[in-house]
Order: sequence, then C-alpha cells, then structure tokens
Amino acid sequence: MSTPITVSPAGSTGPGAAVTAAGPDFEQIKSWKTPIALAIFSVLGFLLLVVFGRDGESTMRLSTTTDLIQLPDVVLPTRPTGIAVVALLLLITAASGWLVRSKAKVPIWLVTVFAVFLLVGFLAWASADHTIPVPGLLFGSLSLAVPLIFGALGGVISERVGVVNVAIEGQLLAGAFTSAMVASITQQPLLGLVAAMLAGVLVSFVLAAFAIKYFVDQVIVGVVLNVLVSGVTGFLFSQLLAPNAGTLNSPPRFENINIPLLSEIPIIGPVFFRQTLIVYIMYVAVACVYFGLFHTKWGLRLRAVGEHPQAADTVGINVARTRFWNVSLAGAIAGLGGAYFTLGSVGAFGKEMTAGAGFIALAAVIFGRWDPIRATLAALLFGFASNLQNVLSIIGSPVPSEFMLMLPYLVTIFAVAGLVGQSRGPAASGKPYIKS
Amino acid sequence: MKLELRGITKRFGALVANDHINLTVEAGEIHALLGENGAGKSTLMNVLYGLYRAEEGEILLDDVVQHFSGPGDAMAAGIGMVHQHFMLIPVFTVAENVMLGHEETGFGGHLDLPAARRRVTEISARFGFDVDPDALVEDLPVGVQQRVEIIKALSRDAKVLVFDEPTAVLTPQETDELMGIMRQLRDSGTSIVFITHKLREVRAVADRITVIRLGAVVGQASPTASNEELATMMVGRPVDLTVDKSPAAPGAPALVVTDLTVLDPRGQVLVNNVSFTVHAGEILAIAGVQGNGQTELTEALMGLQPRVSGGITLDGASLRNHTVRRILDAGVGFVPEDRTEDGLVGEFTIAENLMLDRSHQPPFVKRFNVQLSFLARFAEDKVKEFDVRSQGIDTLVARLSGGNQQKVVLARELSRDLRLFIAAQPTRGLDVGSIEFVHEGIIATRDAGTPVIVISTELDEVAALADRILVMFRGRVVGIVPGDTPRAVLGLMMAGETPTEEGAAA
Repeated sequence: MSTPITVSPAGSTGPGAAVTAAGPDFEQIKSWKTPIALAIFSVLGFLLLVVFGRDGESTMRLSTTTDLIQLPDVVLPTRPTGIAVVALLLLITAASGWLVRSKAKVPIWLVTVFAVFLLVGFLAWASADHTIPVPGLLFGSLSLAVPLIFGALGGVISERVGVVNVAIEGQLLAGAFTSAMVASITQQPLLGLVAAMLAGVLVSFVLAAFAIKYFVDQVIVGVVLNVLVSGVTGFLFSQLLAPNAGTLNSPPRFENINIPLLSEIPIIGPVFFRQTLIVYIMYVAVACVYFGLFHTKWGLRLRAVGEHPQAADTVGINVARTRFWNVSLAGAIAGLGGAYFTLGSVGAFGKEMTAGAGFIALAAVIFGRWDPIRATLAALLFGFASNLQNVLSIIGSPVPSEFMLMLPYLVTIFAVAGLVGQSRGPAASGKPYIKS
Repeated sequence: MKLELRGITKRFGALVANDHINLTVEAGEIHALLGENGAGKSTLMNVLYGLYRAEEGEILLDDVVQHFSGPGDAMAAGIGMVHQHFMLIPVFTVAENVMLGHEETGFGGHLDLPAARRRVTEISARFGFDVDPDALVEDLPVGVQQRVEIIKALSRDAKVLVFDEPTAVLTPQETDELMGIMRQLRDSGTSIVFITHKLREVRAVADRITVIRLGAVVGQASPTASNEELATMMVGRPVDLTVDKSPAAPGAPALVVTDLTVLDPRGQVLVNNVSFTVHAGEILAIAGVQGNGQTELTEALMGLQPRVSGGITLDGASLRNHTVRRILDAGVGFVPEDRTEDGLVGEFTIAENLMLDRSHQPPFVKRFNVQLSFLARFAEDKVKEFDVRSQGIDTLVARLSGGNQQKVVLARELSRDLRLFIAAQPTRGLDVGSIEFVHEGIIATRDAGTPVIVISTELDEVAALADRILVMFRGRVVGIVPGDTPRAVLGLMMAGETPTEEGAAA
C-alpha cells in the first residue's frame, strides 16, 4: 500500500489535474415559475380584454382644472386597446419562456413591463365610455400609502435591528387615537403629531420590554399588543370620544401646502407637491432612514445587531440597548403614520380605523426586502391598488365592488408570495439575544 | 503587555467551568492553553474578554487590576480575540467589519469608509495578507475570514491577542501560515494566548504550555515534551494515541457513486461530478477542510438534498431520489455531523431517541402503539452495550455529555442491520475516552464486513481510521489515495493540489 506520491501544482495539465483554484461553480437552475405565472395572467387578460371585451372609448384625464399646464385627455378605443395589450402580454410570456429554455434568468424589468401593460389594459377595459382622472387616482394612492410607508419604515428599522414588529397595526392605531384627542384638546395639529409619536413609542416599549428583556416570542407579543391597542382605543372611543365628539374628537386637520414651481409639474406636481405637512415629513423620513441605515454609524451598528448580535457584542456594542432604542424609534415613526389617519385624511378618530394597514405595511417590509426605498415603493403599490378600487367604484366599473375590495389584498398576496422568491431578511430578526 | 489571571472561578449553576485558575502570559510570548473539549479553556477566555463575569478572581494587565464589564472594556485595555466561530457580519464588507464598534465618522455620523479601507490595507500590508477591504465577508474563504478577524483585533491596537481554536477550519498549509503570523506578532511584542487541543500545533509554536483539565490548571509543560506526555496531562491517564486496526479485507464493491452533482437553490455547484466506490469491509475516509462539499455529499447519499443528479447504487440497487425512509430501510446507517441538531431530539429520553428511526414498524410499534416494555428492554441492553453513562434510560438526552450523546446515536444506528455505515465528524467535540470508543465501534463495524464512510476534517482521525482516503476540495474529488498517505501530501490535496501517482494505483 505504499504508493509513491508526488504533488503537482494546481492547474497543471497532468492526468487527473481537474481541480483548479477557481471560485465556486454555478449552474443555472431552470425555473418555470415566472413563464407559467405570466402565461396564466396572459390567459386571464385574454378572457377579460378580448373574450369579454367591451366596446366604446376609454378616456384618461391627465390634468386637473387648476393646473397651469393643461395636458389633453388621452382617448383609447377600448376593444382594440385590449387586443393590443393581450398581444404584448403573449409576446412577453413567450420571451420569458425562451429565456428560461436557454438557461437565462427572466429579468425583473420584463415582469414589471408585463404588469404595467396588464394594468393599462385593465384600466381601459374598466373605463369604457368613462373617464379616469389619472392625477386623482395617483393623488389618492399616495394618500392611502402614507400610513403604510410610515408603518413600513418602522418595520424596516425594527426588523433590521432584530425585533420582528407585528405591532405596527397597534402603533398606527394608538397614534391615530392619541393624535386625534390631543389635537382636539389643544387645537394644535403639531402637538397631535408629537402625541402620536409618543403613543407609538409606548407600544414599542411594551414590545421591547417583553421581547428583549424577557425573551417572549416577538410575534406573539406583537399580536397581543394589536389586540390590546384595538380594545383600549375602542373602549375609550365609545366611552369618551363618541359622547364628547365636539371637544375630544374634532382635531384641526393639516392644510395642504402647495410647493411653488414643483406643484406645477404636469401629473407629478399635483400628486406629490400639493400635500400636507405629514406627507412632506414622510419624504424626509424615507430619505433619512435610507441614508442613516446604510451610510452612518447608527445604521452600521443597527444592522450589525440585527445580523449577528454576538459579533456586535464582541466589539463592545450593547445589543439590548441598541435594540430597545431603535424599536422605540420605529414605534415613533409608525405613530406618525397613525396621525395621518386623523390629522391628514379622515379628520376624526373612528373605531378600528387603521383596518389592517399595519399588516399591509408589514407585507411592504418583506416585499421591499427590508430596504426603506423598496419598502416605500411596495407601500405605494399597495396604496395604488386600494385607490384603484375606490376610483373604479366611483366611475361605475362593471366589476362588483365586493370583488374590487379584495384587490389590495390580492396584490399583497401575489407580491409577497410570488415575486419575492427567496429574499433574505436580517439573519437574527426575531431571535432574542440571550447572554449566558 | 503582561497578562495575569489570578484565581479565576466561573460557575454555570452547579458546574464549575473554571476553578481558581492562575495563568501568567509574559509580553512577547506565545502561551498555549491546552485542554480537551469542555475543559474550560473557552470559558476562561470569555471571562478575560469580558463576555462572562467571573465569580472570583482578578485580571491584571501589566500588574494593574482590571474591571471589565463587557468586551468594550477589554478591547479598550488592549485585549483582542480571534474567535473560534468568527465574529464577523457576513453581509458586511471587510472594511465595515473592521470599523464596527469604533467607527470614524464625519458630519451627522456619516461613516468614513475610506479611512477604514486605508486601515485594512495598511495592516494587510504589514503582515502580507492579501485582503480586499471592499469584499463581502460571506464571499471570502474561511482562511481569509480569519485574517479579517486578526485585522479587526489589530486595528484596535491589541497588545494581548487570544486565538480560540483557530486551526479548526484551516487546511494544514493555512495552519502553518497562521503559525508564521503568530510568530511575527510575538516578535513585534504582542502577547499571544493560543487555545487548542491539538498537540502537534502546541509543540510547533508555543513558548510555554499550560494544561487545563476539568476546569483546573493541572500544570505547565515545555514545548519539548512528547505527544504522549502532553496527552497524559491533558486527559489525566496514559492515552494510547494510535488505534489498533488490522489490515482491511475489502470484499465486493457495495456503494457505487457515479458523477454525483448537488446544487444549492441558487444553482451553485456544491458537489461536482463526484465518483467513488466503497467495498464491503473497508473504511473510506472523506477528508477535506470544512465546507468543501462533504456535508452535502453525505446529505445527498441520505436523500436529504433536493437537487441531485448522477448515480448512487448500493449492492446494485439505486438509492437516488428515494425518500430517507427507503434509504434507511435499505440498510444505511447514518451518524450526522451535528448530533444535537440532526442526530438526536434533546428533549426526548435515551430510550425514545434509540427508536427514533424505527417508529413506523414492529417490534417497536404495533397497531399504532409504542411497545414500551420492549423499548425499555432494548434500551437497557443498548445502554449497557455502548456504555452510555447516565441515570437510566429515561434521562433526557440533552442532559448527557457530548460523548454519551454520540454513543446513543451510534447505538441506534449500529443496532440495525446495516449494509452501509456513514459517520460524519463522528468524534467532533468529544473527549479522548469517547473518541477511542467511537473509533473502536467504527472499526468493529468494518470488520463485520460492512462498508463504512467516515467524513472527517481532522487529519489525525482520517489517518487513524482510513483504508482509503478521498480528498474533497470545492465540491470535487482531488484524488483517492491509500490510507497511509503522508500528512504533507494530504495537506496539499486539501488545498486543491492534485497528486500524481507513480507506480501502482491506489
């Protein structure tokens, strides 16, 4: 058994010199998921737009009456538009099938283009012989997305630091309630904002205390907190606010502020720059959280704690303290989102008025892959789906309104389940850090 | 800097992990802390690093008593640590990892990444490391990750550097390089504490050796001491370091693996066109540094990997794409590499764990009922046969020591009628006595005519057990060589260099 053996350097051309010092090998796995999904949607599109196609003209209004620059309405013949859209959908589906066959990946922009075409086709179909006010549709989408975006920012911060925040819903609701009450009593909407942040922080304190100090399962604490906040605000609403609506539940609302010049840009201006103070705060918040997370010491430490708490501990970062204060900060941001319900849009607190927005925000966090910008875009998508339902029921679309009510949730499910694929969250999110 | 530990005592409940330990490390020396797994070495260093608070004793640096309330204090005092499990954030770059905890910032807390990059480059250059400051840590090989850990410690001007089992993840060549780095650091005045249980390394690099057993210092030794002397001190009784093994009597080919390829969900090739044959009555050892596809290979054999192509036949019948159940029923016994994670259910009793993979059929289960009296008799027999030290068959497995846990796994697997036995890292983390027992069990299985595959990252173990050795590197087979191949050759093969065989084939 004593075979003489010598060693040749790697990569030599001798017999059996197969192993080289290259990096890991990759082999593309064929996944037919995307082409199949696109095919199904193409068939659905074909059924709706061609088989059950409608005749008439679809009008899209691009300007509001107060705009400086007036854009003409876009008028599309409904049935030909539908046929053209379906043709494009089939083309993209075929292209994606060809890509997978030749072992390439289907790029995300192709899927996005597909979705946009499908949307245009659907809008044209639903608005046959009606007019869709595009600025109004988008303005409403942003309004509905505001609390989602604040909630999602809170969710991103909380999860990035390692605490799963299911309590966003509770934080929104607590923020909505306290801001309505405080703003009504003081007649100062700004004080209402501060109160909303404090209420969100208070909910966070409970979450943080149980999750970080006592290692209770974070999801369970979050769910219980949602139920608790819902119960407490509901009780106080019927006992306190409803009988004294004039003094306790009629907060002054923020006025819309038109930003000079910017608000006159066609389509975009009226949507983004004729908003209330809370919305402008939101723009700043998104930018700050993004910059903070990825370019500052605060963000570096926060992400370190959420990814590998022990490593953070060994370089002298106090894991529990970092988690506690950042979860509190997340609560404050989510609380702002709650204030938007009462001070920005509705103008009074109503029982359970957040109606699951916190959970949609949570979905936006996951769909946005724990990135503040992407999560904001996801929240905008969900806001759009909600408002599309509003607009279509107003202009009288042939789709039953009960079905349209499902739309935002359907979009959420498809977005989170289908498109995300295998996105990776912070490694230590949801795991308590227990030191021995 | 001179480091002194005086009377350090650390308890976990009733267990005394460190019992009045005294240790002095002079400036500019490499001081080895030698002891078996579980002797209390890592606990002691975690006390030094401020991760644990000791019940008694004090830490002195240059004769000044220190009070550490956390790792931050220890680092500020000049103590650095290269952890056994790297304390690096996988999704951060090298520069971000190095700066974490002592970031240089500009306006508004804006990270000064260029400064961190310069720092990494400067320290890399000083020690001849080739580390890209902008590489993501998760993309780096473990050897380079370890250098990042060293850079991290040095960037904080560590004067005392603790290496906790640093060679466990390295190839023999990387180990030699690490020892060179340690000598270089020592010569520049850094005090080094080198924690290990590997005698060879201690003798190669240490200036002084302190041996720890069961949480207490048992004595000092000089690097000139023989392996046997050191082992005797470490274990507390004379140890036979060799395994008695008669030459193998290989029979017919039993397991035939052809062109086996395993992909991960992203399409990365983890096992790349692997082919080999195991004969009845021989031990094929699969050697290689951790993470070169050995784990995935065994999982593919057991039916635990979803994306497998190629052929696996046992005694002529195909095993590929069968369920784990059918593979077990075909007579494959399996000792997984992580016994607490994959081998046992900690909150089950010894008896319950012994029937885990036979819970679907008689004699253990009849008409949906667990046959408790049969199970009890069976468990009593096996506990005696495999010398599982416990308070009875109803002891929870989580309460057992690592060695006794592994004996339970062995008892379960070897008490079936086996036609193939696969043992992955069978002695990882075990004490010397249990290692001897496990090795004897594996050899007895071979001598009974069963084909055996042993996967190990420890060259000592490979050398002790193997009749033939298959070396893996980056998912491929570098070569299959005889069991008595010299360590130096195996070491080069583990780094991916292909052996050229002259004369008879292996």
